[in-house]
Amino acid sequence: MYTVPLPRIGTDIAWRDAAKRLISAGVSPDQVLWDFDNEMGELFANATPLPPLVRRIKAPKSFVEMADWVVWHNDPQRFARLYALLWRLRHQNGLMQDRADPELAKLRQMEKGVHRCKHKMKAFVRFRDLRRNNERRSFAAWFEPTHHTVEPTAPFFARRFADMDWMIATPDVTAQFVDGNLSFHPGQPKPDLPEDAAEALWGTYFCNIFNPARLKVSAMTSEMPKKYWKNLPEAQHIHGLIAGAEAKVQQMRDAAPTLPPERAAKIKRQLRDDQADDV
Amino acid sequence: MAKLDLTQKLAILSDAARYDASCASSGTTRRDSRDGKGLGSTEGSGICHAYAPDGRCISLLKILMTNFCIYDCAYCINRVSSNVQRARFSVDEVVQLTIEFYRRNYIEGLFLSSGIIQSPDKTMEDMLRIAKRLREVENFRGYIHLKTIPDAAPELIEQAGLYADRLSINVELPTDNSVKAYAPEKNPATIRKAMGDVKARKDVAGERSYTGKRGKRFVPAGQSTQMIVGADASTDATILSHSTRLYGDYKLKRVYYSAFSPIPDATVKLPLIKPPLVREHRLYQADWLLRFYGFGVDEITASRPDGNLDLDVDPKLAWALQNRAGFPVNVNKASKEMLLRVPGFGTRTVGRILSTRRHRSLRYEDLLRMGASLKKAKAFITALDWSPGGLTDSADLRARFAPPPEQLSLF
Repeated sequence: MYTVPLPRIGTDIAWRDAAKRLISAGVSPDQVLWDFDNEMGELFANATPLPPLVRRIKAPKSFVEMADWVVWHNDPQRFARLYALLWRLRHQNGLMQDRADPELAKLRQMEKGVHRCKHKMKAFVRFRDLRRNNERRSFAAWFEPTHHTVEPTAPFFARRFADMDWMIATPDVTAQFVDGNLSFHPGQPKPDLPEDAAEALWGTYFCNIFNPARLKVSAMTSEMPKKYWKNLPEAQHIHGLIAGAEAKVQQMRDAAPTLPPERAAKIKRQLRDDQADDV
Repeated sequence: MAKLDLTQKLAILSDAARYDASCASSGTTRRDSRDGKGLGSTEGSGICHAYAPDGRCISLLKILMTNFCIYDCAYCINRVSSNVQRARFSVDEVVQLTIEFYRRNYIEGLFLSSGIIQSPDKTMEDMLRIAKRLREVENFRGYIHLKTIPDAAPELIEQAGLYADRLSINVELPTDNSVKAYAPEKNPATIRKAMGDVKARKDVAGERSYTGKRGKRFVPAGQSTQMIVGADASTDATILSHSTRLYGDYKLKRVYYSAFSPIPDATVKLPLIKPPLVREHRLYQADWLLRFYGFGVDEITASRPDGNLDLDVDPKLAWALQNRAGFPVNVNKASKEMLLRVPGFGTRTVGRILSTRRHRSLRYEDLLRMGASLKKAKAFITALDWSPGGLTDSADLRARFAPPPEQLSLF
């Protein structure tokens, strides 16, 4: 029986390394326990050393790519499920193309969940200006991801915000980008970030780009679920916008037609003359 | 009049921009700022940073440079004869808003549009100053969408294409006659010429010269347009035929359909209606069928004599209900073209069916796992363990999908 410790930071590499050794030594899935971030406690601390890598076993590229996503899922069974599929792949050619295999379907679903979480993190992280008087500007954000997505998503922020320093703190893992170097640290409680005046402007934009005549709350919540709202500065306006929408539209309808402003006639005359000139 | 502060301007000029449906930030070149000398990235697929309670994605800072306008388009909140409050951003204000919003990860970039001030050329020049500042001074590598002013000089549009990821010009209404009636200062022929110029210029940019060098990037995310739906009497058949021409003649990336929506201080010429949101949705579905599912306009619009789409069921289902003789299809044998015509099967589901059935025959359960919507599909398919029996031809099949009759509410 093998107990494989997997760290919270660098989970992907640790899992892949262990899986390679185990599969090359022919260790069946029921002989392996995966211990993420020491969650099993002291009871399993004395792990049997992993077997050495004796020969390389080939796995389809599509499996490797999928595993690179699934390892970040929050389902405690993710490592065991991946290894079980890898075990089956030794003898089942074409299994990865079978979109109806229940085990593969489950893993694909988990992969999708991680993708979605990553996507939402790219979208919903909100930085605040730390107003430090350094040459590079500094920003920080607090975010609560559903899965362990900070590590695979942080490079996106590094590519995008390379000319500033930033930190994304989460309860899971904290990413820091300082002077062009990206590093990961243990998660932390929500830090006190300074108020940022840009949030009020962003709120103004959010309220005014909304069209009250097209209220469609479910379309909003399906893409921006409520669980994210508490860390989105614009979300505080949502209830007010929904509550006031009907009255706003009614007001537009009830308004009596007005006379054009005085300048309109002059402008139109001028425009007609210009267009006539053109012809 | 007291001077407006930045918050007030932002409120007025985003309010004025919300009737433009597009907020896409996808499909451009891949760029990043790993060199530390600039800000921003684009990576193929766009990102929706927020959703407003109207369910629409907020990806870009979508604002007007100014809502002063010398034109008098009846459907538009900014027409010269309207009494809405007017405002104008300075170049600096737009640049700062874009950069500061971007740094906080609120947006993917800027969608800049404008009312026509003084002259089309002057307006376009001012917009270009903003784009140029963003690209050349701020080293901004995020997304820029510029609404082109159709009557502006071709060399200005040419420049715009070098700074912007996407250009758009709205055709506004589905027919030339409607444009004449409701947007008297706009000229449909000029709009088409401007779209044609952009396409021609983009085609050239894609070619290599005799040295093998590629020309400068020109609107890598292509051009798009918008049509207002429900303001005039055009049928869906007219609208979709027009879109098909636009996609074909000008290689447009997208045609947006915007349900005519109440505006403040409306004109008597164009009474306010409840925005036809379902119709707009059906048009988008039909648009997808035309572009990705191999349907022709005639097929889609044939189901009703008045040339409009069925509002109760989606256009693919409507087509299948009218053409039941071709169903059920065998998911284990049918061609890709035929599978794409099955209601409840998307392009992804079809791809999965094709890849899986090389290995084994598919059952009903398998299709569920592949993401098919069997509630719709089951009447139209057979699988290893599934046959719809009399369901395909049953008289009440349509009624199973159409929503129950609803009491009408007064508007």
